[in-house]
Amino acid sequence: MFRYTWRTAILEVLMVLVGLLFVFPIYVLITLSLKAPGDQSGLLAPPIEPTLQNFADAWQQGGFAGALVNSAIVTLTTVALTVIFAAAAAYPLSRLGARWSKLTYFAFLAGLLLPVQLALLPLYQTIRDLGLLGTLVGVIIVYVGGGMPFAIFLYAGFMRALPGEYEEAAAIDGAHAFRTFWSVVFPLLRPITGTVVILTAVGTWNDFLTPLLYLSGTDQQTVTVAINGFVGQFGAQWNLIFAGIIISILPILIAYFLLQKYIVQGFAGGLKG
Amino acid sequence: MAIAPTVRSLAPRKRRPYRGFAHTVWWFVLPAAAFYVFAVVYPSVRGSLLAFTDWDGISPNPNWVGLDQFGRILTDPNALTGVRNTLLIAFAVTVIQNVAALLIALALNSRIRTRNILRVVIFAPVVITSIAVGFLWQNLFAPAGGINEALETVGLGFLQQNWLGNPDTAIWSVVIVVFWQFVGYSMVIFLAGLQGIPHEVLEAAAIDGAGPIRRFWSVVRPLLAPAITINVMLSLIGGLKLFDQVFVMTKGGPGGATNTISTLIYSNAFTLGRFGFGAALAVMLTIFVAVASIIQYRLLALQER
Repeated sequence: MFRYTWRTAILEVLMVLVGLLFVFPIYVLITLSLKAPGDQSGLLAPPIEPTLQNFADAWQQGGFAGALVNSAIVTLTTVALTVIFAAAAAYPLSRLGARWSKLTYFAFLAGLLLPVQLALLPLYQTIRDLGLLGTLVGVIIVYVGGGMPFAIFLYAGFMRALPGEYEEAAAIDGAHAFRTFWSVVFPLLRPITGTVVILTAVGTWNDFLTPLLYLSGTDQQTVTVAINGFVGQFGAQWNLIFAGIIISILPILIAYFLLQKYIVQGFAGGLKG
Repeated sequence: MAIAPTVRSLAPRKRRPYRGFAHTVWWFVLPAAAFYVFAVVYPSVRGSLLAFTDWDGISPNPNWVGLDQFGRILTDPNALTGVRNTLLIAFAVTVIQNVAALLIALALNSRIRTRNILRVVIFAPVVITSIAVGFLWQNLFAPAGGINEALETVGLGFLQQNWLGNPDTAIWSVVIVVFWQFVGYSMVIFLAGLQGIPHEVLEAAAIDGAGPIRRFWSVVRPLLAPAITINVMLSLIGGLKLFDQVFVMTKGGPGGATNTISTLIYSNAFTLGRFGFGAALAVMLTIFVAVASIIQYRLLALQER
């Protein structure tokens, strides 16, 4: 019953057509970005003379170099702090049955229910009053704080299933608390750390609303804000715009194609354990 | 929301967990708590309070107006359209995305040879930033854009539309974009669920004479229940909060026809200076999300039993 039959072949053809439908937007994105402004080929036809000129122009005029660096700084810092703080917090929260630790855990979980929109306006004021508007530090603080509930939730769930024997052994060998956590517990968390890293990194790199509020109009931009500004500036020059869009999504697409097995697992695993 | 029960059920549930150091390291929680209180708790509390004021973002002493702002939502046609759109998008995306994702996952869980490449292709939009997706589709949906051109090419020219300019089609165009972007996410969660179903069980059902539909309904569906719950929640909550794609493609237009609660919060607060009204909308969104999450939590608890 599970062999390749003519029914499977029909299914295969059908699914390839579905796949082509999914690729269609990407095909348009790439073809348009390779066409010179005066290219006379039809909208959906491949370019007559493919050119990389749009990419060169977009690179020069879009400020993408700085934006890519900023996005990388924000993403790496956010991921590192989220992993360390969330793993550390989840350790006592998942190991203790005390009342305070349960309450604290639920206080973190409550954050999963709060949409960012609720905190948006007051947080904007606070960041502004602290003079952090237009700085990467402000954005990173917002991301790390906002990322805690989900990361702690993932870590705590994983830690509960982790046996305590290794910690006991470390304690007997005389390791102190921090040493035990860092050298014994944290390495054991690697699978769930992978999930946290992937979800946090993709979410941070791709986020638009936060940098739109805190960074737009300043010279500190992330890629998403840079695309927005670039489109605003070059209105209907779609060949140029599409080249800019490709530049801005290329890093994450490359990461995706290189690590796709892990990334897909991270997305599926973050919710399934 | 779902990992705890799943992990717990995998772990041998035995003696008391080892406490050891854990009780001495309460300060491990401090950095996380500090960031969380600063960026989530404190501003969320203040945001909720703002909803009961008439604050304009500038005046030092906003007036306490009770439930007036919520009353205003119910009488403001623009806000009502936004609420209706939000619920419509959330519902439509949830249904379409999950049905399609399940069908795709079932197809890719078969013996077809292109299954790996198709999985990679269909998941790819998930990692692309929503704003790039929004601009790409804005171009595709343009009157002289790729969609109309493609329809002409395959002989369906009569279906051509000003997709985003026509209030009737604009909202569905948004749904299509969200679907294209996130169906891969639901798909991988379904695939993970399907791969957890032992082949022997399906073979046994087949030997007992169950056809494909019966096998799906009586064997696959119950085993897939946790994945279904998770996917429904993810798409429902994502749909309720939708902002980026609308902000980019239509700015809520034409004539407010595609506003969502999130785009209204943004425009009321940051361009119209109606902070109190924006905050009331945010409280409303929070209630929607909380209700959806609690229902999901209940459903999941039921399944665990």
